Amino acid sequence: MTTSVAIAGAAESDLGVTGKSVLGLQAQAIGRALEDAGLTLADVDGLATTGVSRFSATQVADYLGLRPAWTDSTFAGGSAFEMYVARAVQAIEAGQCSTVVISYGSNQRSARSRSLAGVVESHTPEAQFETPYGPLYPISYYAMAAQRYLHRYGGTREQLAEVAVAAREWALLNPAAFRHGTGPLSVADVVGAPMVSTPLTTADCCLVTDGGGAVVLTSLDRARDLRRPPVRVLGYGECTTNTSMTAVDDLTVTGAVESGRAAFARAGLTPADVDVAEVYDSFTITVVLTLEALGFCGRGEALDWIAGGRIRPGGDFPLDTSGGGLSYCHPGQYGVLLLVEAVRQLRGECDARQVAGAEIALAHGTGGILSTHATVLLGVDR
Amino acid sequence: MSTEVPGGGQVPDPDEVTAPWWDATRRRVLLVQRCAACGHAQHPPRALCTACGSPRDLGWSEATGDGVVDACTVVERAMPGFRPPYVVARVRLAEGVLLLSNVVAERPHDVGVGDTLRLDWRPLPDGRALPVFVLSQR
Ligand SMILES: [Zn+2]
Repeated sequence: MTTSVAIAGAAESDLGVTGKSVLGLQAQAIGRALEDAGLTLADVDGLATTGVSRFSATQVADYLGLRPAWTDSTFAGGSAFEMYVARAVQAIEAGQCSTVVISYGSNQRSARSRSLAGVVESHTPEAQFETPYGPLYPISYYAMAAQRYLHRYGGTREQLAEVAVAAREWALLNPAAFRHGTGPLSVADVVGAPMVSTPLTTADCCLVTDGGGAVVLTSLDRARDLRRPPVRVLGYGECTTNTSMTAVDDLTVTGAVESGRAAFARAGLTPADVDVAEVYDSFTITVVLTLEALGFCGRGEALDWIAGGRIRPGGDFPLDTSGGGLSYCHPGQYGVLLLVEAVRQLRGECDARQVAGAEIALAHGTGGILSTHATVLLGVDR
Repeated sequence: MSTEVPGGGQVPDPDEVTAPWWDATRRRVLLVQRCAACGHAQHPPRALCTACGSPRDLGWSEATGDGVVDACTVVERAMPGFRPPYVVARVRLAEGVLLLSNVVAERPHDVGVGDTLRLDWRPLPDGRALPVFVLSQR
């Protein structure tokens, strides 16, 4: 089954505390990704982005001086970019466009625009039936998922902390990571950090940084003639589950079950085939739930499965090798940077954090309050 | 328009679908929407049944007010209008539906999964009330 489309270029914008504008960061990432691919703006006839304004793709097209034949601004939080890969593959295969840029940029740390209450629109049911009770958004939802998970399976906060500890180990190997120079993180650091919404502390939560990224997709045939080795899109799948905090009956089972199943089926692969995994780590619990849902281990097994260094550098399941949203960069909607890191691993460009011989990578985005789930499988061109 | 919650946030005015649910809170009655065609119960109230799709057969039943903690968290960070620590919980009503609510408890950190709950009310200035829960005495 698989697909006939490849990622031909990938890049980050400046990260961290940039003092730059949203559109400035986004244009920077797009420029770098096109340069990486050996393409120019004139080659771009498809554009997908979100989080810029109400007319996100239109806004960026205008900023770049483009008149694209295809755009997508599906708003789905952090998983939107994995969804855009699927839509872009379909648009390219259908002949609607030939070269798609997927991009994102945010200056949320410089602009201090992040709020503990999140953004709840007054006409939604959540505004009437949930916001009055004061949940932190999105943290309290993930906190309830974590509490329910630890209760059901008898896990501990210390076991959960391994996700953050391992992410820091990877960040120490990545010069671009926000926490690159800050030294290792211990389990005691994580559980002893200030509590936000029990059982999650500040160290269980992703960073708040500026940042952005872009990837360029085109047909595999064309990508083979470009500057970089093509990274093939092997499969994709998605599942959208909820906006409210009460819609999902079992907090411990996410829509990644469906998105992963679809992606693996399309690619003709199984979890055992994955060499490197970039899994959205908005919170430590997000990773635990996602690993189980994707089938890397059984229900209730993830805390034991990740113990003992398996997901750290040198372990047999390299996970979130950039340092992730927890220790590398989290600009609000992190999904595009999962793709950038997966591409770099498959191209062998990751220096100290390179996973030797990586041929198959998984990127999995999660948006909102475990609301949207999208899986992409990528592979080297053999 | 919206109504301030004492020491809390704001509660928007009801719409045409949710008005009966909020009106009942003035009488301190908790309603659950139920479909006469298929028997499905759902919350929050909607304009159609999410089980069978019927837009015509939705009515209301009164909840007993008994519930169980499905999951909960103690919020430790202050948001504008709220005073931590307080318990936010998914409450499973005896009728089967989940509600987001607060569990009002002297020791918030002692509230846990499976605790049995009893309905209580937090009055709003406009005469409506928010359903909240307390630990039931055993
Ligand atoms: Zn029905």
